[in-house]
Amino acid sequence: MAVMTTLAVRNKGLRPAPMVERNYAVHRHGWIMIISGLLESLFYLFSLGVGVGALVKQIELPGGRMVDYAVFVAPAMLANAAMNAAVAETTFNVFGKLKWMKLYDGVLATPMRPRDVAAGEITWALIRGAIYSAAFLVVMAALGLTDTWWAVLAFPGSVLIGLTFSGIGMLATTYFRNWPDFDWMMAFIFVMFLFSGSFAPIENYPSWLQWAVYASPLYHGIELLRAFSLGDLSPMLLVHAAYLAVVGAVCMGFAARRLSKLLYK
Amino acid sequence: MISARGLIKRYGDHTAVDGIDITVPKGQAFGFLGPNGAGKSTTMRMIGCVSPPTAGELRILGMDAATQGPAIRARLGVVPQDDTLDTELNLLENLVIYARYFGIKYKVARERARELLDFVQLSDRAESKVEALSGGMRRRLTIARSLINEPDLVMLDEPTTGLDPQARHLVWERLFRLKKRGVTLVLTTHYMDEAEQLCDRLVVMDGGKIAAEGTPRQLIETHVTREVVELRFNTEDHSAYAEKLDGAAERVEVLPDRVLLYTDDGESSVSEVHGRGLSPASVLERRATLEDVFLRLTGRTLVD
Repeated sequence: MAVMTTLAVRNKGLRPAPMVERNYAVHRHGWIMIISGLLESLFYLFSLGVGVGALVKQIELPGGRMVDYAVFVAPAMLANAAMNAAVAETTFNVFGKLKWMKLYDGVLATPMRPRDVAAGEITWALIRGAIYSAAFLVVMAALGLTDTWWAVLAFPGSVLIGLTFSGIGMLATTYFRNWPDFDWMMAFIFVMFLFSGSFAPIENYPSWLQWAVYASPLYHGIELLRAFSLGDLSPMLLVHAAYLAVVGAVCMGFAARRLSKLLYK
Repeated sequence: MISARGLIKRYGDHTAVDGIDITVPKGQAFGFLGPNGAGKSTTMRMIGCVSPPTAGELRILGMDAATQGPAIRARLGVVPQDDTLDTELNLLENLVIYARYFGIKYKVARERARELLDFVQLSDRAESKVEALSGGMRRRLTIARSLINEPDLVMLDEPTTGLDPQARHLVWERLFRLKKRGVTLVLTTHYMDEAEQLCDRLVVMDGGKIAAEGTPRQLIETHVTREVVELRFNTEDHSAYAEKLDGAAERVEVLPDRVLLYTDDGESSVSEVHGRGLSPASVLERRATLEDVFLRLTGRTLVD
């Protein structure tokens, strides 16, 4: 009876924990996977920040302030890493479990519901992304790419980016039919990465392109993290954060519903 | 335990389950027989609360399947047709993590996982990966997994399909033990011997409907005769014998390779055959089985 009561109580809220525990059990023996993801984004930072930075040296911000190119690019790399971690986990991994391993078919024969599965996978993606982001921030500080304590806020900021892109990734996965669909997604993400103000202030873009960029969640993520790491705070940051939160929440809501439809046939 | 009234499941304009009524009392072993596509698995999924019925009433363990899915699933054990084991975890982890989905405490989960691996004789494989297991071992692991929450009702979709005889007998023996403990079993099968061995009551499904229902004995008595005589003649074409054997038994069925006589008295039917001056190359008298019932009700045409 006690078990039934606790279950009844728990069924009102979300139960992401079991799915997280499952993923942890899988990765307990394979931390290489996680380390490789971190290395990838650090390589980006070195090649672009340090490599291109040697050529470009300094860049002028819209406000007129001059900063080293590496300092300008680093927060964008952090946002990109947070996005990639979230997307990889909620698309490739979730799709594999959904379509190939049929893992969730087994999970849903228990009291777990599709929204518990979705919440669990997103939580796991956030944990993984948070590890990347923390390590990335430490490296940034060690290389002198940030010199303000506001940069600490870039950590929750990158978790927020993770949340947004976990929602987007999860929703996209429910529409994917087969692996070739992933090529389109990767192409889309890469274009978004190039045009979200990663490498240059978007004020340099033609105005029609600027409007397209405003729609990109990654742009708002980069603006948020760059402001924190440069210590350049403004009320606009609330708009960026709100945009990320809303896009993430809406996608997650739809993703959970779509997942229900796919799994409860 | 289970009560379904007018249960219907449609996919688009295809009706997989077409208005069935079922009642399964506590402690019973209840079987679904039927050819592929008869709607057995769909019915199992609806009872397992992972497939919402299109129409009809479905109550399981006194709860409404449409609204109380998670609470019902908390007390069910499910052995799906394809095992859905977690291939990224070893055997022990498979059971422990599955227990966690039910909200069972980690310590209890570990204890039960060990006991259940013992129960299905896989203890020495506890640390193996699922991929390294044979079909029979996977099935046993899936059965162990279905028991992790100490369910009141266990649903098994074709529990022994694809297993070798040794593995089948082991699975049957474990299922018998569960039955003795008072666990209600619901299973689907293609194997008539499995149905006869395990099931107290059966329904035969065909085309989404229930074609017959009863105990194995009842089904044989109602739908076929007590005995069957199989005759083979030295001929390419047995159809010529239909006329010659007409009236030699209650029912005569001519197949491409033999003729079946359905009769309550095999011996007198055989002497009737000889009395008509026919000399079959081989004569086999046997008791009627569920297989005869099954083929009678669902036809001999190949499905799928």
